[in-house]
Amino acid sequence: MHEIALCNSLVDLIRDQQRQRGFRRVRRVIVEVGVLGHVDPHALDFAFDVEARNSPAEGAVLEIREIQGRAWCMDCSRLVTIARRGEACPDCGGFGLIVEQGEELRLKELEVI
Amino acid sequence: MCGVCGCGKGETRLEMGEQAQGHTAHDHRHHDHEHDHGHTHHDHAHVHHDHDHDHSHHDHSHPAPAGDVHSLRDDPSRRAHLVSVEQDILGKNNALAAHNRRHFNSHGVLALNLVSSPGAGKTSLLVASLQRLLPGTTVAVIEGDQETSADADRIRATGAPAIQVNTGRGCHLDAAMIDEAFHRLHVQDGILFIENVGNLVCPAGFDLGEAHKVVIASVTEGEDKPLKYPNMFAASSLMLVSKVDLLPHLDFDVDLLIANARRVNPSIAVIKVSATTGEGIDRWLKWIGAARDMAVASA
Repeated sequence: MHEIALCNSLVDLIRDQQRQRGFRRVRRVIVEVGVLGHVDPHALDFAFDVEARNSPAEGAVLEIREIQGRAWCMDCSRLVTIARRGEACPDCGGFGLIVEQGEELRLKELEVI
Repeated sequence: MCGVCGCGKGETRLEMGEQAQGHTAHDHRHHDHEHDHGHTHHDHAHVHHDHDHDHSHHDHSHPAPAGDVHSLRDDPSRRAHLVSVEQDILGKNNALAAHNRRHFNSHGVLALNLVSSPGAGKTSLLVASLQRLLPGTTVAVIEGDQETSADADRIRATGAPAIQVNTGRGCHLDAAMIDEAFHRLHVQDGILFIENVGNLVCPAGFDLGEAHKVVIASVTEGEDKPLKYPNMFAASSLMLVSKVDLLPHLDFDVDLLIANARRVNPSIAVIKVSATTGEGIDRWLKWIGAARDMAVASA
């Protein structure tokens, strides 16, 4: 359950933003999560509710936007889309893939008042 | 428009007279107007008016207590707005990891982050490695464990300095823990082994500043471990296949394990080892030596 630690970092980022921008509270937190990364969106959502207590984001909605997995196929010499790690290139069936996208874990936007 | 004091969006001036003092909790964030600086009620007791008035935009934040007259009358959705942030949630850990990496390089230290499931034999393998490396090589160990210091005791018995980091409920080491432990170890020109918490999920996302992650998979686990925990195998430079002395007694397909590891990480190196018989330990130490030469060359 490292999602608790991740949400702790997320709430820290939100507090930083509050100090910089001076909003009162956060109603919606928009994060980007790559589908090939190490984060379970359900666990993230659960952990967020817990970690956001007594913070400007208490009660805020966590909106998780998935980023699809993209990998460079060394055999086809082109970018392909994969749903998970360990999946073969959809074109050649090979596993010579270098992940280029899909490991993101980013605080994208905040809806604040 | 605020029905109490008459102030509201679009107004450029606000005369805050007797009525305004009735605002015991005045949320001014929606006021897009300049204040009349001639008014005299600034030292009144109502704390929400103690901001200075030399600004023209009221975008400071006042926590609005319950009963705030303005909040009750405002439609919050009108004031809500999106702010763009675009920050990596692991940014702080990554920055500290980069700091650790510089620190390791400047001390001539090769840091290896050893990761595995619980019971894969990390500590036994580490003990066998330390016994060969000592006393000729400077080594140090950071032991991550949720509760006990038993592993650190086993390491110290080899003569290697070890610091135990108990993560408590935490399921992984992070860069801040390593920063603190490294400062206490005083290692120079040597090898730092970081034995992470036995867990193939959580430590994958936390860069500690190591030169390499080394994943240990034992032959008593399933061949599909790399597919079940792909991020850890993808993040590792080397897979040590441990407990190979047990292979004659098991129905385990080492080649399938290696093929699965390469499905998620085509460039992962593989060494088969046994802490019990010593098989493969020399190759593993040779790999460490090469990694150290590369680290020194690139530092």
